[in-house]
Amino acid sequence: MRRFQGLLGPCALVLLAAVLGDVVSRASGVYFITALVNVSIVVALYVFIGSSGVLSFGHISFVALGVWTAGVLSVPAAEKPAIMPNLAGFLRHTTVGNVPSLVLAAVAGGVLAAVVGAPLMRLSGLAAGIATFAVLEITHNVLRYYEKIGPGLNTFSSVPETTGVWQAAIGALLAITAAFFYARSRFGRMLRATSEDPAAATAAGISIYRQRLFAFALSGMIAGFAGGLYVHLLPLNTESLYLDLTFITLAMLVVGGSTSLWGAVVGALAVSALDSFLAEAENGVRIFGGTLDLPAGTRVIVVGALMAVVLIRRPGGLTNGAEFNLRWVRR
Amino acid sequence: MTLAAVLTVDWQTIADAFALGGVYALMAVGIGLVFGVLRLVNFAYGQLVMAGAFALALGSQWNWPTWLSIVLCFAVVLALSVLLDRLVFRPLRTHPPAVMLVATFAVAFLLQSIALLWFGPLGKIATSLAPLNQPWTIGGVDIRKISIVAVTVTVVCLVLLQLLLTRTSVGLHMRAASMDFRTARLLGVRADRVIGGAVLVSGALAAVVAIILTVQNPLVTPDFALHDTIVVLAGVVLGGLSRPIPATLGGFSIGFATGFLGGALPTAQSQYLPALVFAAVILVLLVRPNGLFARAGTAERL
Repeated sequence: MRRFQGLLGPCALVLLAAVLGDVVSRASGVYFITALVNVSIVVALYVFIGSSGVLSFGHISFVALGVWTAGVLSVPAAEKPAIMPNLAGFLRHTTVGNVPSLVLAAVAGGVLAAVVGAPLMRLSGLAAGIATFAVLEITHNVLRYYEKIGPGLNTFSSVPETTGVWQAAIGALLAITAAFFYARSRFGRMLRATSEDPAAATAAGISIYRQRLFAFALSGMIAGFAGGLYVHLLPLNTESLYLDLTFITLAMLVVGGSTSLWGAVVGALAVSALDSFLAEAENGVRIFGGTLDLPAGTRVIVVGALMAVVLIRRPGGLTNGAEFNLRWVRR
Repeated sequence: MTLAAVLTVDWQTIADAFALGGVYALMAVGIGLVFGVLRLVNFAYGQLVMAGAFALALGSQWNWPTWLSIVLCFAVVLALSVLLDRLVFRPLRTHPPAVMLVATFAVAFLLQSIALLWFGPLGKIATSLAPLNQPWTIGGVDIRKISIVAVTVTVVCLVLLQLLLTRTSVGLHMRAASMDFRTARLLGVRADRVIGGAVLVSGALAAVVAIILTVQNPLVTPDFALHDTIVVLAGVVLGGLSRPIPATLGGFSIGFATGFLGGALPTAQSQYLPALVFAAVILVLLVRPNGLFARAGTAERL
């Protein structure tokens, strides 16, 4: 039991969110499902950023590719010409079910991350940060205009909405489990060593490049999978998979604490909860007897300010980078 | 299909490319200067430009004379720079670089959404500077007056900056601080003055950029200069962040390349322009991770 306590906390939190999302009304349920999908994306970020200490602004490109893969393959063949008239070859006729589309989304994300990472993981520090940004720009640009592989500027409508609260929760649990066992594995520990002390790690025979590349590909896979979940939840387009999503998911990771799985999950759920509450408040919400009606756009201000304050006051995040510990509960 | 057949190059394209390169070079100096003393990559630089542009738009909405709008623009940008320095950069000074980068990313989004809340997504139009956008025709090439202004201002600013850095004591202190902050402090360089100076100069450059960009594109929206900042950041890293001249050259190169390819490529290809430019950035970084124009052996501190 104690060996798996780091897994227990995040999973319990996800299940709690899922149960809550299941009992509330359908309208608010969407917030819970989005929060659970966010958990998967943020866990993907954590696998790379948290273990390697290298910043990546490019992970939303893997999410986007997952969205494109699962989306294109899930739209019923009869409706494809309406949304995606210029699709190439087999994409025009092929339609797969829910689970295969998610698996393929994960594969696509993983393959893109491996291909992109092979050269990029030689870089470090600022050059790596800017290069991953370049990856995001390139993916965004290509998906936006290359209509042979997707809807281009159009929105992915007609994708079956299979991501209910339980699919999102199972997805998040899978992502968490993968991240947990990776972090405990030989590879995960070696990568963590390279981020704590690169010189000592190299001296001990660890290839920083290989470890980073493996983590990058794994996190790309989780990100692609999360993208698949996402497109089965909402109709998306390139604009919803760009800077705003990059910002909010990084904010979640940083607010929670980027070096622990517990931090990633807490951050994703806490910021999602705040964001959903503010989204409701922008439409007017009754609270404590009064009506709270915030102007549109308050969400990003509050989340941005929160992120800045957490970074300045508590650079380790809400959890201070600690993993979940059963002793907190027993006490 | 050879490259020459795809590209349609004329003097017009080259003139426009020079103008864009000039503006990006100015932004590169502003970002590089703050990086030099604070080791901080300021993602929010574009939002300083955006704030200045909104000041200009408000000025023209209130029918202020042009010079007064420009004064307002400088005042707003400088005040905001100092505010950011006090509230965000200073407390972050001892944090790891990755934390600082994410924090300025957050500030950028914060400022952008404040503008969104204040001015709405459609933005405002700054009309008072429009005369500068008229072209002069020289030998069949339409050169917009602002392009000449942009290139001239860039050169003047760079010369002034170089003089400031090499001929004044504040400049000497700034260079000392950017080489080794702790040792510089031990030797009696007053840190806050140096940082304050760098932040102010960088803010002034942002105001100049705001004026030039607003003339070129009078519609000011909350995401004004956001995309330019990303491109310039890539350019700055491409050139080499550690010293001002390589950073500026990097900014100029990426601006020139963007302007040149944007004008020379046919529409079907030019929609992939960002992908091409950023692919080139990645390629260069792979060959020279410390920057294209960096001196050999300058180790990265990040």
